[in-house]
Amino acid sequence: MQPFVTVKGPAAPLMQANVDTDVIIRIERLTAGADLGHYALEALRYLPDGRPNPDCVLNEPRFVGAPILLAGRNFGCGSSREGAVTALMGMGLRCVIAPSFGDIFYSNCFQNGMLPVVLPERDVERLATLACKGDVTVDLGAGVVVTPDGDEISFVIDRLRREALLDGLDDIGLTLKWADDIAIWQRADRAMRPWVWKTQGEDRI
Amino acid sequence: MARTLFEKIWDAHVIRDLGDRWALLHIDRHLLHDLSGPPALTEIARRGLTVRNPELVFATPDHAVSSRPGRDAKTFGLGGHLYDALKAGSQAAHIRFFDLGEEGQGIVHVMGPELGLVLPGVTLICGDSHTCTNGGLGALAFGVGQSESAHALATQTLRQQKPRLMRIRFEGEMGRGVAPKDLILHLIGKLGAAAGSGYAIEYAGSAIRGMPVEGRLTICNLSVELGAKYGLIAPDEKTFDWLEGRRFAPQGAESHAALDNWRELYSDEDAVFDRDEVIDVASISPTVSWGTSPEQVMPIDGIIPDPAIVVDPEERKARRAALDYMGLEAGQRIAGTKVDWVFIGSCANSRITDLREAAILARGRHVAAGVTAWVVPGSETVKRQAEAEGLDRIFLDAGFEWREPGCSICVAANGERVPTGARAVSTSNRNFVGRQGPGARTHLASPAMAVAAAVAGVLIDARRM
Repeated sequence: MQPFVTVKGPAAPLMQANVDTDVIIRIERLTAGADLGHYALEALRYLPDGRPNPDCVLNEPRFVGAPILLAGRNFGCGSSREGAVTALMGMGLRCVIAPSFGDIFYSNCFQNGMLPVVLPERDVERLATLACKGDVTVDLGAGVVVTPDGDEISFVIDRLRREALLDGLDDIGLTLKWADDIAIWQRADRAMRPWVWKTQGEDRI
Repeated sequence: MARTLFEKIWDAHVIRDLGDRWALLHIDRHLLHDLSGPPALTEIARRGLTVRNPELVFATPDHAVSSRPGRDAKTFGLGGHLYDALKAGSQAAHIRFFDLGEEGQGIVHVMGPELGLVLPGVTLICGDSHTCTNGGLGALAFGVGQSESAHALATQTLRQQKPRLMRIRFEGEMGRGVAPKDLILHLIGKLGAAAGSGYAIEYAGSAIRGMPVEGRLTICNLSVELGAKYGLIAPDEKTFDWLEGRRFAPQGAESHAALDNWRELYSDEDAVFDRDEVIDVASISPTVSWGTSPEQVMPIDGIIPDPAIVVDPEERKARRAALDYMGLEAGQRIAGTKVDWVFIGSCANSRITDLREAAILARGRHVAAGVTAWVVPGSETVKRQAEAEGLDRIFLDAGFEWREPGCSICVAANGERVPTGARAVSTSNRNFVGRQGPGARTHLASPAMAVAAAVAGVLIDARRM
């Protein structure tokens, strides 16, 4: 997985609550195998006829390709589609800062080298008002967001998540090292809960 | 020490404690569907890994298959590729695949419980956020992305951080014509769509204890619309009776051992929750959504709320945008709003009991002129059962379309969609912008309310029919 250490650049303010993963990427774009970055947030970024929506902040030249998104509460709620994360990354994003996230979207971010940062609503709003003034820096190692004014806002992130992201660790590879523990647990469980393991249905003898 | 239901199941599945509330958890059941299954299977193959316990993994196509009567895997071409990938990938990995036309095919969260694949006390995942549905049987069930799904295929485990715990007690007696769907929509409206973020939710209280298993599945289904990854309900004698004799449920001597185990699955009296809420169900009316978030709901006899009264400017703006998208005006009664489409289906409300309730109202009536109304059974088994009971005839005679099982226009991933600008009353769980098709306007409601809207051609209180 792609590690995340520090990102510096424009932070696009998309300050609305409950931006769900259907809005982030339509399911039909996933089934069609489309260029997800192009279609990310399409209901917001494009007019019904396909032209860019001039009223959408994400289409302002200074925010096109921005690596940081500022969002409202409950960003990424709804469906578990991981394409929502890859679509945002396809737009060039590496970090989303919001007061809260949908739980599954939040987990999916870490699987793809995207950093979701939780900050109090007033801090996200402050960043949004400063967005036009210059670049924002997000430093995962130090656990701080640096505003365009140079102020530091610290954020908390779970230790295991932070280490995995900084090093770009591969969860599957790490867990496979514990194959013996898994085998021991399963052996005991087969004896304790045999019904969980009888999965032949009506085919069983 | 007193423990909650959630903690009892969690603790029983910890293979390694990873510190900071993290654990390596055993996953007892893993369901794959045609959208999230193929990428996870492909990832395993790409890395040269094998599926560790294929006997604990089950697959079926539901999202991208057509629901057109007489459909096959190719009826929706783009979905056909996903179907092929899921089928071939499952077979190569020795994973049980429930094919179209076979009992077992259907919406994963409908077929899992119905086959007895989902059992009290098991951990269960699927690459689908509505996996929380299965908590209605007392399982610790949650949705994951395709990366975590791949992790579970390779290791039969997941690294998870224990969530905070919330208990919602639905107390009192439900009014006549009020459905479990109304309870959960009301709750989301009251607490908000982000209230459950970071929590596992246990539903309890007299209304839950009195509710049939199908209703409990509906309640748990919408946990994720409250923001929670997990929803669950302590299994009881109703649950055990409901599971008895199901195809994959324990039998004979084993069922006695299972029952002994399952009867320990409840929150101890003095167990501590991080948040506790009580809802008086007697005050809840049939409920519909008016906006584009499941928290934007109201009683059917109410007046569409005016955004102007909201203090928070961001929230006010969101409500205005929702009304604009929905083509509604604040201050108007929601009842009487003209309806173009009706959808009875989805993992929220497509079980046999939902169809029976819908059929009671549909019998002898007819869908209003200009309304397209679909009934999409949740699974092949539901479809066959409904046909054996003659429910399909009732719907067809009333002018509904009787279709093939799958997710259909709940998620519009299968080439079917509600037309742009059309207003749909849907028994599904999401009224997001564009969810049922670009520009489609969704009102979430119970099956009875959906039938009433189909017949009247407008949103209407089903109790008046």
